[in-house]
Amino acid sequence: MALRNSSKPKRIGVVGVGSFGTAIANMLAEKNEVMVYARKEEVVEEINTAHRTSGREIHPAIRATFSPEALCKSCNVLFFMIPSSAFLEVVRNFGPFLYPYHLIIHGTKGLALNLGPNDSLETVQKLKRNQILTMSEVLLQETVAVRVGCLAGPNISKELSLGHPAATVIASRYNEVILEGQRLLRSEKFQVYGNSDIIGVELSGVLKNIIAIAAGALAGLGLGENAKGLLISRGLVEMVHLSKALGGSVQAVVGLAGIGDLVTTCNSVDSRNFTVGFRLAKGESLDQILGSMDEVAEGVNTIRVMDAFIKTAGIRAPITENLHRVLFEDLAIEDALQFLMKYPFSVDVDFV
Amino acid sequence: MDDNYIKHRYAPIIPSKDEWPVVKLARERREFVKKVADLAESRVLGLTGKNHEILKEELETTLYREKLRVKQNPWAVDPYDEDSFWNEVRSSLLQVNTDLSLDKNKRFQAYQKILHRITSRYAEEIASNFKASHYKFTRSVVTYGFSRLLNAARVKGIKSIFSNQYSLQDKIQITGQTDQIRDLATKGTIVMVPTHFSNLDSILIGWIISVLGMPPFIYGAGLNLFNISIFAYFMNALGAYKVDRRKKNLMYLETLKTYSKEAIQFGCHSLFFPGGTRSRSGMIESKLKLGLLSTAIEAQRANFQNGINDISGKIFIVPVTINYHFVLEAPSLIRDHLSSTGQERYYKENDEFSTSYKIFKFLLKFFTKGSDISVSIGRAMDVLGNYVDQDGNSLDKRGRQIDTRDYFISDGKITVDQQREEEYTHMLGKRIVEEFHKINRVFSSHLVAFVGFELIKAKNNKLDIFDLIRLPEEYISISYEEFKVACQRVMDRILELKAQGMIDIAPHMKRTMDEIITHGIDNVGMYHAKRPLIRDNQGYITTEDMSLLYFYHNRLHGYGLEKLF
Repeated sequence: MALRNSSKPKRIGVVGVGSFGTAIANMLAEKNEVMVYARKEEVVEEINTAHRTSGREIHPAIRATFSPEALCKSCNVLFFMIPSSAFLEVVRNFGPFLYPYHLIIHGTKGLALNLGPNDSLETVQKLKRNQILTMSEVLLQETVAVRVGCLAGPNISKELSLGHPAATVIASRYNEVILEGQRLLRSEKFQVYGNSDIIGVELSGVLKNIIAIAAGALAGLGLGENAKGLLISRGLVEMVHLSKALGGSVQAVVGLAGIGDLVTTCNSVDSRNFTVGFRLAKGESLDQILGSMDEVAEGVNTIRVMDAFIKTAGIRAPITENLHRVLFEDLAIEDALQFLMKYPFSVDVDFV
Repeated sequence: MDDNYIKHRYAPIIPSKDEWPVVKLARERREFVKKVADLAESRVLGLTGKNHEILKEELETTLYREKLRVKQNPWAVDPYDEDSFWNEVRSSLLQVNTDLSLDKNKRFQAYQKILHRITSRYAEEIASNFKASHYKFTRSVVTYGFSRLLNAARVKGIKSIFSNQYSLQDKIQITGQTDQIRDLATKGTIVMVPTHFSNLDSILIGWIISVLGMPPFIYGAGLNLFNISIFAYFMNALGAYKVDRRKKNLMYLETLKTYSKEAIQFGCHSLFFPGGTRSRSGMIESKLKLGLLSTAIEAQRANFQNGINDISGKIFIVPVTINYHFVLEAPSLIRDHLSSTGQERYYKENDEFSTSYKIFKFLLKFFTKGSDISVSIGRAMDVLGNYVDQDGNSLDKRGRQIDTRDYFISDGKITVDQQREEEYTHMLGKRIVEEFHKINRVFSSHLVAFVGFELIKAKNNKLDIFDLIRLPEEYISISYEEFKVACQRVMDRILELKAQGMIDIAPHMKRTMDEIITHGIDNVGMYHAKRPLIRDNQGYITTEDMSLLYFYHNRLHGYGLEKLF
């Protein structure tokens, strides 16, 4: 095929130049030639000339493009680093230029719905597992690429940019994807673990956002560290059960992408999910909070999807269910807390 | 899929039999067997990491299991020198083990020598004994004999024996992508993967391949079938190589896989029953045996590695479903299924086809009474499960042309990655199961068995399957009206699924519901001593054998039709 004719070494592609995308692109650029994709022409211009965007420094060797085709032609390995709300659209734009030789690793934490063209979460009566897609499942459904992986773990972009030590998990059913991710990203400040349970790792990253909202709410209520410890432990149990119901393993949740990320997110007061919970506890309504945020906090969407799934599957997940009532059914947050305190969890750990 | 059955015999795609890949392979049999033995040997060496301790352990395990097999489970087809061969292996192993003068390298070489003897023996045993003259003879016996029987039964009068009014193709209907498979068979290599319900399947498929004008396919037949002399003759004539399910040791499995892979690379069209064995439950296979399937993927990658990037090196996977009203072995299959503890090694080989006489009796029944069979040929796919167009190019879900080679490339080069290919095999297996469901043709008998069983189950919803099959007869009767309503409900859903391309139906399903029900009840499991579904004197629908009903019902498992009850 004509696409393979160029013999010069390929670049590493990064799709999306948000805070996480930029941090990963800069880390990749230390060892490799990197090309990034941004949708807006002026952002591309800014990166190529001023080597910065939205106030963030960009490694000077990084080239930018606004053409999915150019990126796919120049790169064999692509990192998709885009918010979940835009994920499907961007993947569809890239679809026509992706081939089975592309390796794709994504860093997006969210769920998508696989419904009919006229359906939405409001109109469907039930939400079954096959109607929920993780981001890797979106990639497999929308593109011809099969060697797909994900990147998850406690990776606060600001800390990565400062070069603080950190670690991440690359999960894929393909060893070669894990090995390639490790080769590209590993450095003395960044450790990269591998996991073959990509669904479990993706779900860990998604589900922990629910608990992060709850953690923000506890902080907003002015409750202390005991409550947080309680939440993290019960939250982990709930994540395990939900993840298992969706086809993930226990191991993934107790790993870096699960409990590792959970602890970090529950303590990071700047995160959007934490902020939603915090402001809810301070008495604001969900509409007010979302109205003043430039991007949707991922946990809010996750709670809606998971609540519908819980009801269909007939399983119990008290934290998620009560947060759903607080967010969408006007339950007072104090009442939700009361409910949780009285909930008959008698067994500490029942999944190992 | 259209409703037109293929009624004519196709012209052969390769007229000269000397050009048939399987004939070429038979000519080079000796070299081919040696090549397989050598390659299998190096695969085992690779797997043992060239470590003499691990290799020794594998050899000892194999020896132990083979000695046990020779003693506990001997078959008529086993060569007479089995015992002495393994005794020799034992003494050579013992000699190497006790010879303290050997250094590490010498020891390794000595073990390797023993390994080579074993893989050579296995390769020789597996290899087919195809003879073109036998093939031609068998084909004409099958065709001539079958159609004589058929006409004798259907056309009245003394001349019936010589009548040609009915041909086998009235009985066995072929439908689907027949032109595509013929076309691709001249350009690349075909791997046909049919569903498997009956021991007749192999002969049936062999005959269909010849009707379609294609050269014979090679395929792995259970060695147990070679125990019966008439089958052994047919199998050899059809190009079968032998698969011995008793042997589960590493060396045997690697030799077998190597044989299959090399034969595909050689250009031999192949046939795998991907379920591994006949479906015991009567369901369409949902879990496939991936061992042989992986050899198709390996062979495709090897062709790319060898620089054969055009269609001549391309391997096409063609799913096929075989639909019966009646499966002779149903009673014992479902018994196996119900009593199975999930451990394959415990099942007893069946006995319906145990003697040539029984086979003859079955054939006579089969041809003298009307019970049709239809065979649906599915769309060809590449080894990753992408559909291919008429030129053999792979197409993605949106119809864009893609190159199968790209799946094996990393960093611009073809690479060998066993773990990757394992994942690909899983993907291919899933695609084949999907295709099976799409090309499956619903018969009237499947519909009535499904509805009958589900209605009985719904009336006794507290019982599990094991209680259900022991249900006293007085609890089992369904009024015709209720039955008909339920049949219509399922039929409507089937038609919806058909509109989405998720299932197919036989032409007789276009009659009125009353006719379909009568046709279905007349045909479902029609030669069993106890019928799975009958109408009693008062016109109620009932069953004489609940487990058989369950077996035939299972054919429509996997479409979510249970939810209608």
